[in-house]
Amino acid sequence: MGNKTPLYECHLEMNGKIVDFSGWDMPIHYGSQLNEHKQVRAKAGMFDVSHMTVLDMRGDSVKEFLSTLLANDISRLTQPGKALYSCMLNENGGVIDDLITYYMDDTFYRTVVNAATRDKDIAWITKIAHDFDVTITERTDLAMIAVQGPKAREITSKLLPPDLQALSLDLKPFFAVESNNYFIARTGYTGEDGFEIMLPNDDAASFWRKLAEAGVKPSGLGARDTLRLEAGMNLYGTDMNESITPLECGLNWTVAWQPAERNFIGRQALEAKKDNIDIQFSGLLLLEKGVIRNHQKVIVEQADGSTSEGEVTSGTFSPTLGQSIAMARIPKTANDQCWVEIRGKKLAAKIIKPVFVRNGKSCI
Amino acid sequence: MSNIPTELKYSQTHEWIEIAHDGTGIVGITDHAQELLGDIVFVETPEVGSEVSREEPCAVVESVKAASDIYAILTGEIIESNEDLADAPETINNNPYVDGWIYKIKIADESELDELMDADAYQAFIEETEE
Repeated sequence: MGNKTPLYECHLEMNGKIVDFSGWDMPIHYGSQLNEHKQVRAKAGMFDVSHMTVLDMRGDSVKEFLSTLLANDISRLTQPGKALYSCMLNENGGVIDDLITYYMDDTFYRTVVNAATRDKDIAWITKIAHDFDVTITERTDLAMIAVQGPKAREITSKLLPPDLQALSLDLKPFFAVESNNYFIARTGYTGEDGFEIMLPNDDAASFWRKLAEAGVKPSGLGARDTLRLEAGMNLYGTDMNESITPLECGLNWTVAWQPAERNFIGRQALEAKKDNIDIQFSGLLLLEKGVIRNHQKVIVEQADGSTSEGEVTSGTFSPTLGQSIAMARIPKTANDQCWVEIRGKKLAAKIIKPVFVRNGKSCI
Repeated sequence: MSNIPTELKYSQTHEWIEIAHDGTGIVGITDHAQELLGDIVFVETPEVGSEVSREEPCAVVESVKAASDIYAILTGEIIESNEDLADAPETINNNPYVDGWIYKIKIADESELDELMDADAYQAFIEETEE
């Protein structure tokens, strides 16, 4: 028996197939992962993400603290509610976790970290916070629901507390608004428009049921994974971990080198490495029938005819494209084709930018 | 509750076999198996002419979630593979016992049929393994 979110009973009522996810009893699907995936691309789906960890960080030196803790630059956040995606690195530049931080005011930031990394994240954050005037509070009193899809905002806004209905619709992408413990963010992990909503645990089940009545389909962790992979979004523990730097998993854009004097944790290690990266983090599109899976070998041919090997970090069948896609760490190459070894056979794949689908449309 | 036709024989790895009038076998996976696998998106059928041994992997079914081996239900020679599955792998989800068949086999040793379960025994087997 694992941990249960406040929506556990809803999942059982809606025929969710429950699996263990990092110690949490979570729905993998509610009948058909494919239908749930397509529903999000076409209209709206909802995900229980209450297992994720919400940390409120308050104090006079919270900005200075986050400026040390995060590889992206927290000072980029100047407007209340604005969100920043960043990696949190160790001294070697390896990724401890990827997370989202919202700027609420000069002494209050809110961060959401992964469920699977909760314990080590809190241990690390607490350790670094020791040298700053910062208080970290875990918001176990809040549940979290992601509503995603082209119709998600329109449907969801009507069901919010009255004071948030208009405000939520006015949100620009990557902004959030909060009122009375309801926190509405225009963010997500699917490549579609939508909201991620934090709300009191006691309100979560009735809100979920109202969304369902309004036509939002419950969607499981299975669809969440195929949606994020199509959108080209990394998954912690799969596409990166503590021995991989952001420079080796396609997250260069999240490392803020300027200002040069900002000495974030991991900076020295990244500086030493950044001109010697000989791998490229790529998207793969399988040109033959089959499904690419995590850890399969990728064979790359260089201009001189020699071959070298890389590895699939995330592979799946793309329901939107109807063919298999993957993210992979491969040797740098000028070629646009490679081979993936699947059960002893070498199948041809095209090397592309790792973004496959955005806003319901193919990027290929 | 999954569908278990009484006229078929079943293996512990959730394959079914139907014996045709000419003594050859038609093989697929059970309704219970397709439910466990979820949405099927690719099937690697066995090569026609290949010899397969009972309980050895001979085909692969990939769902959105994962790849799963399909084991040979009996020893014998593959005489036909369901080529329609290449373009419509979801047929196995929709109709596992008829259109979703995977291969036809020339049975090498008919006594192996005695090792398989009838519908009642398979039903009991599923209930036991689900507990």
